[in-house]
Amino acid sequence: MTTRHTDPPWANARLHVVTGKGGTGKTTVASALALALASKPGRVLLSEVEGRQGISQTFDVPPLGTDETRVVRLSGGGEVVGLSVEPKAALLEYLQLFYKLGRAGRLLEKFGAIDFATTIAPGVRDVLLIGKIYEANRRRRDGRHKGDAAPVYDALVLDAPPTGRIGRFLSVNSEVADLARVGPIHSQAGAITRLLQSEQTVVHLVTLLEEMPVQETLEAVNELRSKGLRPGAIVVNMVRDPLLDDVALDQARAGRLHKASIRTQLADAGLQATTELVDGLLEEARDHAQRIDLEREQMGMLEATGLPIVQLPALPGGVDSGSVRELADLLVPAFVTPLVTPLEGVEP
Amino acid sequence: MSPGPVAKEAPALDVDALLADPETSIIVCCGAGGVGKTTTAAALGLRAAEAGRRVVVLTIDPARRLAQSLGLTELDNTPRPVTDIDGSAGGSLHAMMLDMKRTFDEVVLAHADPDKAEQILANPFYLAVSSSFAGTQEYMAMEKLGQLKAAAGTADAPWDLIVVDTPPSRSALDFLDAPNRLGSFLDGRFIRLLTAPAKAGGRAGLKVFGVGVQLVTSTMTKILGGQLLTDVQTFVNALDTMFGGFRERADETYRLLSEHGTAFLVVAAPERDALREASYFVDRLEADRMPLAGLVVNRIGRVEATGLTPSRALSVAEALEDGGGPKSATNAAALLRLHATLVRTAERQRELAQRFSRSHPGIPVVQVPALGRDVHDLDSLRQVGHALAGS
Repeated sequence: MTTRHTDPPWANARLHVVTGKGGTGKTTVASALALALASKPGRVLLSEVEGRQGISQTFDVPPLGTDETRVVRLSGGGEVVGLSVEPKAALLEYLQLFYKLGRAGRLLEKFGAIDFATTIAPGVRDVLLIGKIYEANRRRRDGRHKGDAAPVYDALVLDAPPTGRIGRFLSVNSEVADLARVGPIHSQAGAITRLLQSEQTVVHLVTLLEEMPVQETLEAVNELRSKGLRPGAIVVNMVRDPLLDDVALDQARAGRLHKASIRTQLADAGLQATTELVDGLLEEARDHAQRIDLEREQMGMLEATGLPIVQLPALPGGVDSGSVRELADLLVPAFVTPLVTPLEGVEP
Repeated sequence: MSPGPVAKEAPALDVDALLADPETSIIVCCGAGGVGKTTTAAALGLRAAEAGRRVVVLTIDPARRLAQSLGLTELDNTPRPVTDIDGSAGGSLHAMMLDMKRTFDEVVLAHADPDKAEQILANPFYLAVSSSFAGTQEYMAMEKLGQLKAAAGTADAPWDLIVVDTPPSRSALDFLDAPNRLGSFLDGRFIRLLTAPAKAGGRAGLKVFGVGVQLVTSTMTKILGGQLLTDVQTFVNALDTMFGGFRERADETYRLLSEHGTAFLVVAAPERDALREASYFVDRLEADRMPLAGLVVNRIGRVEATGLTPSRALSVAEALEDGGGPKSATNAAALLRLHATLVRTAERQRELAQRFSRSHPGIPVVQVPALGRDVHDLDSLRQVGHALAGS
């Protein structure tokens, strides 16, 4: 399977990692993306790794546990399955799966080795969190992790740690591979690194058109690229259209909107157009013009990365389970339609 | 704009009184990522300094511009004086960025004898722990805070007020848990297992473990590989001597935080998620009996044309648009639509803040209007401080 150069970076992706600075709406975008991918139709696993219960809040369902639980079934047959990955459960499951530890597993727990591994040991926590996603990605419908059966999930969306930590989070396996130079942890870490660096994995970055989130996005793009990871789309969230046309914006910025005639218009339309009111409105227009300038400047910096940019509008009433579907519909053209390649049959 | 009828207003947070109170010696800013925590900490520090306090601001991971506005060009783990502030009231300002690896190294160098220190610093497991340890930032922020407090009042450390920004951790109160987590780890059986000599079958101290020891050790060797386990053991053994001091200081810092003289400020943005986290912080601080000074709600939308309701603005805008008038009519209509959007946004934000106050009555709140641009110099930092003081 080849990627045409016109295809987006996620043309062959199964694992969509979504990151963004705190407050940019990362969880909302990850949820909407999962819904969009499920509309193909398909079965999509949406995971979170920070125990925030953001998925349950977004979809208005009971808190997620360590079991994969369906959170949405779409009328077209697709479904989104939610999972809150917890390192301790992931470690015990991993040990059981690969070592069939039995009594030794319980002893490790009793001696505090599990706590040590999941809270104290460097990087292990992140390895386990990603390891669980790796396992879910490989799992087949017959429960095995190899063979010809179709994969359980058609796509996976990971609500990942924020931009400031994403590079380290995704490269933790190569660090661990350095630390444990031989042995099973070493080989497991190597296999995960290969998945994350393959075309099957893509990292989308959610941002607002504000200075700090954009700065962090640009830094994250560079970091991901330098670590051999694949940045996908930059999702610009909460975009507001300018309310004034460009000419009026120019005038507003320069303080040259014609005060007298605006005042006349307002008065003619029946408003009591006091000086304070008109001055206030003009001041608001100037703030607005400056904000639009800032946003355009930020947008230019994002465009310079060469990555596809997907815009989502600000929702006037904030986000709820209904509005996530609205956002999902807006993501479908960018993330679903160009995917002419069937997801089934992609080798894990 | 009028906030509308509210059953009970939250008490106003008097930032200036807090900063002026000579009893206030530590201010901790906590909150979710991306809410303006670091900016708030820096603005408070500057305002206190210009009001005559001798201040040090400890930032964890400041945006580059904010760091530059404080004159911090490199991360060197040492408080640097911020020049260009107005010192006419007799105050001073120092600022620093936390370097967690260097702080950890300093702890090792200060508390282990030279041979052992060298051994620790070169251990591969230590290198990993000190730079990417889940929670290292929290431990080291606490450690640094303890150091700054201990040095306070000396010639090189003239401060009497420490303003701390907290790490953008998974749970922003992880630093409160750091001492306990460290403590239970150090007292745990696992550490004793790791620090025990390899052939410890006969040692009295290990008898409590029974026959499980062999099984656990062999399982760990199987999973981790012998080399990693040896690195871990060497590391833990080497650290063993300094563990006591480590834990004592962490406990001491925790005590410091719970004392009168410390003030926690929870910082939030006027959004559902950020305020939900703020609720969680407030509950957690109260449960731990930490001295909570109040809530800062940052970036409330600004409205300049007061007194014009959104619905009135929109109906007039519609009339103007239907009238097919000149360009000035189109512009006037656009201004009114803009105004309606601004008022509605600000109203929704205030409603979110009020919802917080209804479930946490009695917690003082200050709402800080949005700035056009991010902070990039002392002047804009001064403006934030001004807004924090509610003036």
